[in-house]
Amino acid sequence: MVPIEYYIILSVILFSIGVAGVVFRRNPLVIFMSIELMLNAANLAFVAFSSVLKSFEGQIFVFFVIAVAAAEVAVGLALIVEIFKSKRTIDVDQLNSMKE
Amino acid sequence: MNTELIVFLVLSLVAIVTAIVMLLHRNPVYSALFLVLNFIAVAVFYLLLGAPFIAMAQITVYAGAIMVLFLFVIMLLGAERLPDAKVLRLQRPLAYGLAIVLAAETIYLLFTKAGSNLVVTTPDASLNTMESLREIAMELFNRFLLPFEVTSILLLVAMIGAIVLSKREKGEPK
Repeated sequence: MVPIEYYIILSVILFSIGVAGVVFRRNPLVIFMSIELMLNAANLAFVAFSSVLKSFEGQIFVFFVIAVAAAEVAVGLALIVEIFKSKRTIDVDQLNSMKE
Repeated sequence: MNTELIVFLVLSLVAIVTAIVMLLHRNPVYSALFLVLNFIAVAVFYLLLGAPFIAMAQITVYAGAIMVLFLFVIMLLGAERLPDAKVLRLQRPLAYGLAIVLAAETIYLLFTKAGSNLVVTTPDASLNTMESLREIAMELFNRFLLPFEVTSILLLVAMIGAIVLSKREKGEPK
């Protein structure tokens, strides 16, 4: 018997950690990981509510979120590799122009 | 204190600590590994909540596929050996402050505006059987059939995008 609030608080805390990571880390790979953490926090809230309301819709949404996250990571990492090839760095401060 | 609450508290401690270590570790390889640990803790939460299908999908897709892709890219770029960039003086405290404000505001709103007495009870035994899987599949392939098909197109587009992005142009030096 865990109150739903506990799950939501945990989800909020994980989400906030992800936000802090996006704001202050310089390595785009870690920024990506923080985004994954935020998606996961949202998923946790979805599944918690789905369990409380005894409906499967929340779980199906989580399924879609996982699929979208996989697609996002594939494209995002390809972009990062490409940027590294042309600029020899992946520090986000150096990435201030769209051209080489 | 019942057992479920104890399990929840221990697991949430694991999840929060691994997330913080992921955030603070200098070496992205360790960050990725701690994130895997975090994903597995969240998968156990899904089991506690009576969602075995999502728990398994979490482990195979997130902890398996996505994080392996991350590790490959980190090692491919040698990102663990890149020198540390200068950090703006105010950036770190500002980030902590903003994150704490966000968390405090959300929790405050949760307790003042959305006063509820919903409780996550231990899921019925029936939820952890084939029956619940069958229910999810029925929902997914009846009501959510169109989004499901669109997801497959999205994955196809992402795949083509990744291939096109990493393909060498003709005549480009190796």
